[in-house]
Amino acid sequence: MIVELGHFALVLGFVIAIVQGTVPLVGAANGNNRWMALAGPASLGQLLCVTVAFAALTYAYLVSDFSVLNVIQNSHTSKPTLYKVSGVWGNHEGSMLLWVLILALFGYAVALFGRNLPKSLKSRVLGVQALVTVGFYLFILLTSNPFDRVMSPPIDGESLNPMLQDPGLAFHPPFLYLGYVGFSISFSFAIAALLEGRVDAAWARWVRPWALAAWSFLTVGIVLGSWWAYYELGWGGWWFWDPVENASFLPWLAGTALLHSAIVAEKRDTMKSWTIFLAIMAFSLSLLGTFLVRSGVLTSVHAFATDPSRGVFILILLIITIGGSFALFAWRGPSIKSGGLFKPVSREGGLLVNNLLLTTATFVVLLGTLYPLFIDALELGKVSVGAPFFEAAFIPIMIPLVVVMAAGPFMSWKRADLKVTLRKLALTFVLFALAVAGTLYARPDSTFLAAFGIGLAVWLGFGTLTEFAGRIKLFKAPLGESLRRLGQMPRASWGMSIAHFSLAIGIVGMVGASSWKIESIQVMKPGDTVDVSGYTYTFDGVRDVMGPNYSALRGSFTVTRDGETIVTLRPEKRVYTVSKQPTTEAGIHTMFSGDLYAVVGDPSGDEGGFVTRLYFNPLVVWMWIGTVFMVLGGVISLTDRRLRVGTPKKKAAEGAK
Amino acid sequence: MKRKHRRLSFVALALLALGAAVALVMAAFEENIVFFFSPTEMGQKEVDPTQRLRLGGLVEEGSITKAADGVTVQFVVTDTVNTIPVEFRGILPDLFREGQGVVCEGRLINGVFKADEVLAKHDENYMPPEVAQALKDAEHWKEKMQDSKAE
Repeated sequence: MIVELGHFALVLGFVIAIVQGTVPLVGAANGNNRWMALAGPASLGQLLCVTVAFAALTYAYLVSDFSVLNVIQNSHTSKPTLYKVSGVWGNHEGSMLLWVLILALFGYAVALFGRNLPKSLKSRVLGVQALVTVGFYLFILLTSNPFDRVMSPPIDGESLNPMLQDPGLAFHPPFLYLGYVGFSISFSFAIAALLEGRVDAAWARWVRPWALAAWSFLTVGIVLGSWWAYYELGWGGWWFWDPVENASFLPWLAGTALLHSAIVAEKRDTMKSWTIFLAIMAFSLSLLGTFLVRSGVLTSVHAFATDPSRGVFILILLIITIGGSFALFAWRGPSIKSGGLFKPVSREGGLLVNNLLLTTATFVVLLGTLYPLFIDALELGKVSVGAPFFEAAFIPIMIPLVVVMAAGPFMSWKRADLKVTLRKLALTFVLFALAVAGTLYARPDSTFLAAFGIGLAVWLGFGTLTEFAGRIKLFKAPLGESLRRLGQMPRASWGMSIAHFSLAIGIVGMVGASSWKIESIQVMKPGDTVDVSGYTYTFDGVRDVMGPNYSALRGSFTVTRDGETIVTLRPEKRVYTVSKQPTTEAGIHTMFSGDLYAVVGDPSGDEGGFVTRLYFNPLVVWMWIGTVFMVLGGVISLTDRRLRVGTPKKKAAEGAK
Repeated sequence: MKRKHRRLSFVALALLALGAAVALVMAAFEENIVFFFSPTEMGQKEVDPTQRLRLGGLVEEGSITKAADGVTVQFVVTDTVNTIPVEFRGILPDLFREGQGVVCEGRLINGVFKADEVLAKHDENYMPPEVAQALKDAEHWKEKMQDSKAE
């Protein structure tokens, strides 16, 4: 009964979405206030309906209702409660329902927080948002209904893929989707602005918080996925440039560009059609990412069983959304007048370079990801494009980006003095050179690129600190004055400094983990010791342990350095009871200098030996710390007063005309 | 700078960035594209031992053996018509098993495929599209499916 209620609520939500996607748009075109006013309540109605649907499915999972096909395929009574809940979105149908729930959630958030939006703009945004949602309702109801029942329910379910029964991955999809779907709001704003034929500073100010929120969520989602791959796959790697990973990275790159161009559009009233273009791009790439993951057209280490008919449906949805919005952009875009002029050397100029580089990087990653598809379609053979390609093509674009990133914040709007900027960065440059030389001296085995990478991190980190200190006149004014300035600094500036500085920390981790990783594979019998990067691993043997729904072989390694015991690592090889599927749980000990990482493999030889894989992964934790602070920067920037207070009444009144 | 000039320099900059990106991509593609072959195709082609390749197919039943060092694994990849012996040093992925689809990356040296990466998937029911195609090409796909269903 509850399941049918959920299904019914979903259909009801679909009907409301159709109304919300038509009436307010027509109303906005004709200036009919009552028609426009429908958008807000409709978005609330949609949210309620989808929440009921989602709650109904979650309920079916919690009580293990095995008359529902989706529950049979992805749940089991013995599964811990957390994974019963995460099982709701750990499969195709449920994850699409989550997608629609988040679409509705964001839609209602616009209605709620957008009280001071001009009426016509607001109703158009909500209308466009509803149209996007309609596509996904149709997708669920026609091809991926999670509420399908079976005639004769089995006694127990088939359980969730054990790979997904993990805390990191339980929350990975919701955050990723909050990011993907968050960009639907900036997309809806962009389409609404094109329909309005008006883009002003106020528009950019409304768009930026949504883009910022989406970007922060997406960052969390990507990092959770990367972290999961790091400890769960047991390969010691954190990014494989796999198509599925790239699919989430593409909207992130475009979204990062959007965040920066929206600043220019707001402050300087220029680069406006470019901002609209990026808003459309960011969401289009989110859709493309969904298509790539859900259709299974690309070979990926992260791929799951897929259904081609769904791929075709998403492809059609993709073509309509992207094609339609770019056609609209081509038609209405040229009428958007650009505002403030600027010199090449200026804040705008710096942000422009940022945008060009980020879009170029997006283009390169997109090309590398889709290239196998093109080659296949042209019947030129089957190829794969892996990490070496992306490293060769992506890193050279990131280097100038980081270089400009340290300099940009020093430059003033409109026109900046290059000499003054460079003078302010003189000390930073010296430190950069010292860092490169120091790295090469301390680690003679480093490649030049690795040393240069550490240098760049220092360049960016110290450059950001210098700019921050200059802003509060540290050491140039009395301390009281500096503190006063610190207190008055807008949250957005805090956010910028923190986010930029956190990237510097992250770069240290990325360079360390990819350049100085030490790997050792061998057969170890109990009592054997192996040295990895100055740490001595002693294999103590294995024993059997039981988990709630798996049995595991748990290895034990005592790690010592200079005779002192540091930690005992306990990697596991699990076999899940229901699916008989094995998984690997690496044993990891995190330190600032690097991670001790051990994996136990299959038995080998007659004397109780096991294949073991030991790693020293230098500086990995810096990467996680960097990303945590990056998100923090985004969140702090989001709390800026400017974004909360909204626009002056005058502008709002103007927009309402 | 006049608006027209600014727009022009913007376009020039964008083209420059795009040009540089295309050059980068072409150079990177040149060196880093990895071709996928089925055992049949790999047998037919003259393969340069320095060329990185992907080999895909099914792990032949009963073919997995361990070398004397205990760490190197040998197995045979088949498309049900032809086979290629594979050598891999390290821990195989969790879902690696006999009769399952697999993709190996490495080099073909003297008829033995020295893999440095072996990809099996997160999902038991998943078949890499290339492997499925390779098996289809070998015209044994349908029989194979019926066999596995009958089991």
